[in-house]
Amino acid sequence: MKVAYWPGCVSRGFTPELHGAMAKVAPLLDIELVELDRAACCGAGVIAEHNQELADTLNARTFALAEKTGESLMMNICSTCQGSMSECQERLDANAEYRLAINDNLREEGLRYDQGVTNKNLAWVLVEDIGLDELRSRVKRPLTGLKVGPFYGCYIVRPQSRLGIDEEHPRHTYLHRIVEALGGTVIDYAGVYKCCGFPIITMNKEASLKQAGRHLGDAKDADADCLVTPCPLCHLNLDLQQPLAERVVGRELDLPVLHLPQLLGLALGLEPGDLGLQRHVVKPTSVIDWSEAVVAGAPAAA
Amino acid sequence: MAQFTLRIRRYLPESGDAPFWQEFEVDLEGHRSVLEGILAARAREDGSIGIRCSCRAAICGSCGVKINGRSRLACNTHLDEAAKDSPEGGAIVVEPMGNMPVIKDLIVDMDAVHWKKIRRVTPWLLPEGPPPEREYVVAHEAMVDVTQTMACIQCGACVSACLSMEVDPAFVGPAALAKAYRFVGDPRDGAHRERLEDLAEDPAGIYDCTHCFACIDACPKDVAPMSQIMRLRRIAGREFEIEDRNNGHRHETAFVENIEKNGLLHEADLLPDSYGGKLHPRAAPELIDSLPVIAKALARRKVTPGKALLHPHRRHFKDVRKLVRKVEAKDRPLELNLYIVGHDDEELEVAPE
Repeated sequence: MKVAYWPGCVSRGFTPELHGAMAKVAPLLDIELVELDRAACCGAGVIAEHNQELADTLNARTFALAEKTGESLMMNICSTCQGSMSECQERLDANAEYRLAINDNLREEGLRYDQGVTNKNLAWVLVEDIGLDELRSRVKRPLTGLKVGPFYGCYIVRPQSRLGIDEEHPRHTYLHRIVEALGGTVIDYAGVYKCCGFPIITMNKEASLKQAGRHLGDAKDADADCLVTPCPLCHLNLDLQQPLAERVVGRELDLPVLHLPQLLGLALGLEPGDLGLQRHVVKPTSVIDWSEAVVAGAPAAA
Repeated sequence: MAQFTLRIRRYLPESGDAPFWQEFEVDLEGHRSVLEGILAARAREDGSIGIRCSCRAAICGSCGVKINGRSRLACNTHLDEAAKDSPEGGAIVVEPMGNMPVIKDLIVDMDAVHWKKIRRVTPWLLPEGPPPEREYVVAHEAMVDVTQTMACIQCGACVSACLSMEVDPAFVGPAALAKAYRFVGDPRDGAHRERLEDLAEDPAGIYDCTHCFACIDACPKDVAPMSQIMRLRRIAGREFEIEDRNNGHRHETAFVENIEKNGLLHEADLLPDSYGGKLHPRAAPELIDSLPVIAKALARRKVTPGKALLHPHRRHFKDVRKLVRKVEAKDRPLELNLYIVGHDDEELEVAPE
């Protein structure tokens, strides 16, 4: 399967291990990534808050670049990209006059967005386009005994109608189902669908870190070995800022947080080092111990 | 007729007991509401169940509760849909709303939180100068934008769902801020700047919203409180250029400038720039506070000094720079509110032949 691939900014900035892990995992799933290397930041909702036309123009440009690749599917690896791009796309697709005005901004560059690009997060592609049975058949090292707490990120679960979450596409359950398909144990805890707090880290640091700390604590109390998230911005607050979050909530957390492609990679047989797990601020000891234990226990000839 | 199980969170303060769960079986058709289910249980099984309600038609906003963990009106939630959505094998879980103290069973203290916050934003018109002899005359287009916030029925579902308020009870919150936009967007009001300065400078004001969309999903009237908060920020920053103490406006402009310069976000610049720049006195304490994190990120090679100081993407994005400048230079950039204009295809459906 070939996809127009939008990695986003943070996966190439403060969470480089995410982009790296995706590149390693893609061939194992027969996904060919046609990277949109000229596309700009989606604005993460902040540009839209400042100037809606600018956010819609930048994302229309990205969609136009995706359409230009000739691939019918565009894939992202960031909940925030998914949500803020879907918001812009909703406006662009809804109103022909508005689309015309935005396309006018792109004319100079020779680009034009035509209604209806399909932009899906990796989690959606896994369930809807690859299929969980197919995924299951490719697992080399099932996550047996690993207790994983899903952390979706707001932008990929709300608002439900904009994100196409309905009975036929229960996208708010996909992370759960992926963990199960990989052989892991899903840990349900209070924070599964809550906010990591990252958007207000520069405005109200205490409230921001309290959110991160509380969800990490809840997951820990529910006996999770690690969290998994499809959102690199959540990863920043949950992993990078975890030492500060510990200070705010007044307890030791020490809970590793994995990017979705890293969890996939482990189950597909890659080594923690290949997936950049050593780059995290919180040492993923519980996860690495698990993978070593599983490898040690596996039959030698496998 | 079908049978539904309601699992209701009870709390009877006069009993001195802790809250507890109680299940009730009701026989009703699936298209009946959860409210009708609760009222049936009260009528037939236990007259002491406490719930507020009046119109039963999603107009009065009295029966806000949490159903299967989601804040909504009991009167416009169908029993069969709620049962399908149940996390507990078909039992419909009904709890009092969140972020507000519980008075009894499903009744929360709206006065202590919701109404107090509504009053916080001066929820009445503050016209400039003496009132006109007759009615105020305003252009239709000037008022149409605030109709979305005027649709609010004060049910408190957004307050209940708010994830910022969950960690910061001082947050002015979605309902009250949507109400604030109702006046900031009203051309008859003469205190736009004062209202915005007040809400931008308050650490619990417009910049305390964590952008989680929970209020948008919870609102039964499509008020989209978070979108109204973003409008308040846009007007505070763009039109009134209010430099708030919470770094809200600085963060927003630093973000846009960052993209104009780099095409892709360069986080190592964005963080100090949000505090006024690397050398600004405001940035220093933040830097010191974050030292343990910075040290760890460097040690794990998550962030390398070379990458943090020299941005590798920068040179590819001349077209983006031009585009950002072009749109930013416009006097009145476009804004499209789908609540007001609707979708093209919907218009076709209702258009007369």
